[in-house]
Amino acid sequence: MRFSYFPGCTDHSTSLEYGLSTDAVFKTLGVELVEIEDWNCCGAAATHSINHLLSLCLPARNISKAQSAQTGPLVIPCAGCFNMLKRTEYALKNDEAKRKEIEEIVGFTYQPSFEILALMDVILNRIGLEKVQEKVKRPLRGLKPACYYGCALVRHPKVTRLDDPENPQYLDRLMKALGAQPVEWSYKIDCCGADLALTYGDVVKKLVGRIVSMAKEAGGQCIVTSCGLCQANLEMRQEIGLPVFYFTELMGVAFDVEKRDRWWKKHMISPKGLLESMGLL
Amino acid sequence: MEEMNLEPRTDLEKIDSSFLGEAKRRSGEDLSLCYQCLKCTAGCPTAPYMDIRPNNIIRMIQMGRKEAVLGSSSIWFCVSCETCGTRCPNEIDIGVLMDALREMAIEIGIPAKEKNIHLLHEAFVQSIKRGGRVHEATMLIDYKLRSKDFMTDLIPGMMLFLKGKIPLFPSLIKGRQEIKRIFEKCTKEK
Repeated sequence: MRFSYFPGCTDHSTSLEYGLSTDAVFKTLGVELVEIEDWNCCGAAATHSINHLLSLCLPARNISKAQSAQTGPLVIPCAGCFNMLKRTEYALKNDEAKRKEIEEIVGFTYQPSFEILALMDVILNRIGLEKVQEKVKRPLRGLKPACYYGCALVRHPKVTRLDDPENPQYLDRLMKALGAQPVEWSYKIDCCGADLALTYGDVVKKLVGRIVSMAKEAGGQCIVTSCGLCQANLEMRQEIGLPVFYFTELMGVAFDVEKRDRWWKKHMISPKGLLESMGLL
Repeated sequence: MEEMNLEPRTDLEKIDSSFLGEAKRRSGEDLSLCYQCLKCTAGCPTAPYMDIRPNNIIRMIQMGRKEAVLGSSSIWFCVSCETCGTRCPNEIDIGVLMDALREMAIEIGIPAKEKNIHLLHEAFVQSIKRGGRVHEATMLIDYKLRSKDFMTDLIPGMMLFLKGKIPLFPSLIKGRQEIKRIFEKCTKEK
């Protein structure tokens, strides 16, 4: 099995451990990820906040490159990048005038059958949880994560078409397959405040504080996420020391892949104490 | 927060009867369908910090209060989390509307009430224009120079740097000319 892969800018920076653990986990699963050649930034929320057309064309260049590489459907780990490319896909599929405009600016012809998928979707629905379970060497027995989806994976549902926008289950199902017991809680889709962290840190502190304290109150020992910005905000703007994992890191623990210490070193809140107490370090 | 008076102050404020049509066309959303159920505002994470709440933004657009809407802090406090649009019973995508309103405000030259939020977006987009990918270090320096806000967030920034999460050198793509061309075409046509 082979997919085209769009790592996104944070792969080289704030979410290094997401990229490292994704590589390791996909090697274990025997699934090849082929990085798109010379990919560019998706534009992120900053671009669609001030220039709509640009926010459609920057992702389109990546779609164009992935399409012509013919290395399979395009897979995106970062929830934010996924959302941006899906917004462009939505415009390409549903607005003919916009499609022509984007195609003209970027210089390509869109193929409507080309698929753009979230990393989580690939694991659940292409690879399958049975195959994931086959690779589990150390079940995450006793671990109670609070699965946090945030905004970009599930909203707007007409664009992302991923999971239930009010009570998504993908991460919870994955955690159960790894042997963990995800907690039920009410804040799994509440916004962390995103890039307001840089301009209104206090607002983000309040939003994150509420999410993290609710995760703890529900019995969560840690939070599991799939977005670089959510992960950074949840880890850096909280005051109670609850570890925040990328879901691929917990897959790596369950698969017992090597060199995991490199991931833990990148965390602002070290998860080593929790893993050690569970016998999972 | 004090509740705003929605009635236009006709003695002071120009009412623009074309504003509703323009906002509908630019956003692609049918804003006349809103019946003020307030679901958007109830679920909005940043509504407590906005000067005009999301449901009132729509009402004021219907009334033609262009200057008040485009000059509000609300259009800048929206973080595009899409909770409003997902829950709207009339399928109005308010996140997309907010994008359109920001673009209109920039085009007309109405200064952003939340200057720093606008400057951060600008610094981010300029970083993409330079290298094809975002380079956090230079983007943040650019933002700090634009906003003259040098002290905020120095500690989190340093922590990220020490963890090796803010690379010193940018990762420049080969197709920078292509990116430049896309930028030109996307800014010229407006």
